[in-house]
Amino acid sequence: MKPAAKSNIDQNSVPLLEARGITKVFGDLRANDGVDLVIREGEIHALLGENGAGKSTLVKILFGSLQPTEGTVLWNGTPVTLRSPSEARALGIGMVFQHFSLFEALTVTENIALSFDSDVPQRHIEQQAGDLSIQYGLPLDPSAIVGDLSVGQRQRVEIIRCLMQDPKLIILDEPTSVLTPQEADTLFETLLRLRDEGRSILYISHRLNEVKQLCSRATIMRHGKVVDACDPREETASTLATKMVGASIANLVVQPPKDRGDIVLSIRNLSMDAANPFAVALRDISLDVHAGEIIGIAGIAGNGQGEFFAAVSGEDMQEDAESVVLEGVPIGHEGISQRRKRAAAFIPEERLGHGAVPQMVLTDNMFLARHASDADEFQKSQPLRVIARNVVNAATKRVVEVMDVRKSAENPPAAALSGGNLQKFIVGRELDRTPKLLVVNQPTWGVDAGAAAHIRQALIDLAANGSAVLMISQDLDEIFEASTSIAVMADGRLSPPVLVGETSREDVGLLMAGGQSDAA
Amino acid sequence: MEVWVSIIISVCAASTPLLLAATGELVVERSGVLNLGVEGMMIIGAVTGFSVAQVTGNPYLGALAAVAAGAFFSLLFAFLTLTLVANQVATGLALTILGLGLSGMIGEGFVGQPGIKMQALEIPLLSDIPVFGKLLFGQDLIFYLSIALVFGVSWFLFRTRAGLMLRSVGDSHTSAHALGINVIRIRYLAVLFGGACSGLAGAYLSLVYVPQWVEGMTAGRGWIALALVVFASWRPARLLVGAYLFGAVTIAQFHAQATGIAIPAQFLTSLPYIATIVVLVLIARNRRATIINTPASLGKPFVPDH
Repeated sequence: MKPAAKSNIDQNSVPLLEARGITKVFGDLRANDGVDLVIREGEIHALLGENGAGKSTLVKILFGSLQPTEGTVLWNGTPVTLRSPSEARALGIGMVFQHFSLFEALTVTENIALSFDSDVPQRHIEQQAGDLSIQYGLPLDPSAIVGDLSVGQRQRVEIIRCLMQDPKLIILDEPTSVLTPQEADTLFETLLRLRDEGRSILYISHRLNEVKQLCSRATIMRHGKVVDACDPREETASTLATKMVGASIANLVVQPPKDRGDIVLSIRNLSMDAANPFAVALRDISLDVHAGEIIGIAGIAGNGQGEFFAAVSGEDMQEDAESVVLEGVPIGHEGISQRRKRAAAFIPEERLGHGAVPQMVLTDNMFLARHASDADEFQKSQPLRVIARNVVNAATKRVVEVMDVRKSAENPPAAALSGGNLQKFIVGRELDRTPKLLVVNQPTWGVDAGAAAHIRQALIDLAANGSAVLMISQDLDEIFEASTSIAVMADGRLSPPVLVGETSREDVGLLMAGGQSDAA
Repeated sequence: MEVWVSIIISVCAASTPLLLAATGELVVERSGVLNLGVEGMMIIGAVTGFSVAQVTGNPYLGALAAVAAGAFFSLLFAFLTLTLVANQVATGLALTILGLGLSGMIGEGFVGQPGIKMQALEIPLLSDIPVFGKLLFGQDLIFYLSIALVFGVSWFLFRTRAGLMLRSVGDSHTSAHALGINVIRIRYLAVLFGGACSGLAGAYLSLVYVPQWVEGMTAGRGWIALALVVFASWRPARLLVGAYLFGAVTIAQFHAQATGIAIPAQFLTSLPYIATIVVLVLIARNRRATIINTPASLGKPFVPDH
């Protein structure tokens, strides 16, 4: 790949886009507070910040989806008002969204046609999209239904759709969060090519290595404010991280690997049909998890991880009891409560609505999650089995203290907690039982760096104390940081686990792309 | 032969109100809104059409008034669910109850009056062709309109840009909003169209099918229309098949009763409803087709961030 350096950008020319004092207030929250941003022609500009720092709000304002409470946007030095995305597109601003703004039931061509403001004949669009896809090396089938495409293919649709407008500025919101390392490299080549054509790119990410590799300018946001603007090539990943978080993040304490203990969880030839057209079938999965181990399951979103979690946790039960064995007992036919009673614990991906009932207070959520496993403690022994409030309250308090859950009230509804704090609560709720087996799906998805480090450390400590941990994650950094062994899930199949020291990101990336043979 | 022609014409008459109301509701649901008030909007159309025709002596004015009344009544639903973001299911049910009650009140003075029937068009020469002439060229205006509407809606949804935008809003309102498509405006227009169609369907009942006013005369046809939309898996051409199938079952039931076939009348009357349930169960079996065609944001409220 070509080096990112290209410093012939004139720092004194009129910038392509300038935001001055952008402020956006939602109720009490100042999502953006006097934000300044300067993007010059032909530069790849990074917008860095943690989840909730206000990056998404800022780009929505720049793309016309949101109106700022205060502040102005200048385009080539002229103040402009962006009342809608179509006005932004007319100026030459294009956007590739993080959670794709595609329509699953429509074809690729129809999706592209929708981003035009006028009625362009579809065969015209088809031809132009075909030309662009050849020109930028982004293969696409224009008549495919988007719901049938992989995540990487969907991103290509988004990029082509954006390029159809011949934009001067392209905004990419966390584009690599859904890609394999190889797919990400292809994306970077496309981006550098676009930059060399004189287009500007606003690149939003919290992956510092990418930013250092790709960008010549960075604006760093924290709590809605710009805290620094710098040249990321002159910084180290750790100085950038410190600016982003505002404090240095504690390094994980990884225990030296001990001898593996007994097998805790044994999965044998687990297969499940897809429950609906957009689900993935699980195919012949076998895996042993020993005490003291953290097996990280890497993979691109939508390759069967959700289905695998549901099968292991008992949300989807198996016909063959032997397909899931916990400490020697076949449990494949048992439901989630029975599995929990056998000292297994499960943390689903979705915090609100799956891991917790959003409108219910923490103590109620505590009771609901553990009503079966802790029935003897949480319910009084009298015939009516009334909830023992004081016991539940004490357990909640314990979790809040151990996991450092920060909350605004004594016992707030789950939805009132920030993502990171709620996730700490949900993880802590299971750890508090000291389970023999913990299965967790996306332990730190959308969680700030401080909370993520806390959660990963807690998982490592649990394994060090003799429990088995199965961790499904799309975050390769997390997989490599916290796991003892790594297995990769692609298209409903699971590769055999490999010790973390004996594999590399490249190898894992190849497996994520489906590079394993059926014999593997 | 003559018997069959008259049977087919009566099937057309039984099917037309179902087809009209279902076509309107199909457009509404394709935009992601679930309006369960079809029955209420139909009955409002029926009473308005009948009373305006009585007062003016012109059934066509009655039909026009019914279209306007249906649209106006659906505007209430649109305002509550789209602007005030009320629950669509509850509001739709309320609309039905309100429509039934309101129509009874408006129509009180018209009960028992002989109505003015909208006459069939007799296209000279063509309608004199034996057998087919009467079938193809000798029916009432609304019948022709209902057929044209199905093809028009199909063309609109799948061939025009506006139709594509409407489908996109029904598939994912957040994505549509992010692209700058005015979700609320499109839904308002779709709901109004649905109301107008239901109004016309009601007028067909009180001006053509049984030209008189009887309280509650829609008799559950609005609910069948709703089921038909699912039956057709949100595709207009299948709606045509479905509506005529149900129309035929309705007429078959009359004839079976008339010829004295020894089946309890209650069973025959319930045939269309039983058929609805059977068809819904059969459709649910093909999950892929259902999921691809079902508007993904059907019934979900949309609140744009500001």
